Amino acid sequence: MNTPGALQVTTPSEREIAMTRVFDAPRELVFDAWTRPELIRRWMLGPPGWSMPVCEVDLRVGGTYRFVWRSPEGKDMGMGGVYREIMPPERIVTTEAFDEDWTGGETLNTLVLTEQGGRTTLTNTVLYSSREARDGALKTGMEQGVAASYDRLAELLASAPR
Amino acid sequence: MELIGYPLRLDETFAALADPTRRAILARLASGQASVMELAQPFAMTQPAISKHLKVLERAGLISRSRDAQRRPCRLEARPLAEADAYLQGYRRFWDASFQRLDGLLDEIKTRDAKRKKRQRRKP
Repeated sequence: MNTPGALQVTTPSEREIAMTRVFDAPRELVFDAWTRPELIRRWMLGPPGWSMPVCEVDLRVGGTYRFVWRSPEGKDMGMGGVYREIMPPERIVTTEAFDEDWTGGETLNTLVLTEQGGRTTLTNTVLYSSREARDGALKTGMEQGVAASYDRLAELLASAPR
Repeated sequence: MELIGYPLRLDETFAALADPTRRAILARLASGQASVMELAQPFAMTQPAISKHLKVLERAGLISRSRDAQRRPCRLEARPLAEADAYLQGYRRFWDASFQRLDGLLDEIKTRDAKRKKRQRRKP
């Protein structure tokens, strides 16, 4: 479980999506990388070719943040929200809403950082307003990745135990 | 892509896919339709046990069964599977790429901090 590198994505309940990832660094560093704009812009960029023209963070309870990503084709994807809880270096709760509202209203995101032996386990859980809202977000994901996914479908089936 | 009104059943899809026997049944159906008896053959399972799995798959929309034919062959319905996979892929792709970059950044900060501490120790 405590192995750096592998990203786990799960659906713990019908309203949630959670991801877990281990980093070979103390959690103070991971917390900084998650909250300081000059650091966020250096990694939270998605697939190669994407940039982050807007990255604003007002790190206090009630403060807002705003991120905008730009795709290689020049299309912008913006989102933002409000900090609800800040407990350095272990926990942040934020609201999150995308400009193109594909998540059916805002979500509540809980970031938890635990440290063991100098390694940090990051868990980020996204709670949607309803099951319909989560499935709406899933639908958008599908529209974006449908071509690649049909290729992957073949792989998935081929790798199933026979 | 027009999807309005299409019943998304991702919870059922994820639940149905969580079982290795059901994934194996889907893999078998990827190479063509099959009857319950044919599907039961490779597994050390009774037909009723297989039928139970088929009901879960059918409810999730992952397979369909023809009503008319006597042997009611099962057929793979790829769409719900593609939906479940596509979303997690898009999400995963974004964060996987980002986190790999973060690994590098954290290494860089660790190295810088270590050097700084060393310098500070050297000062009287």
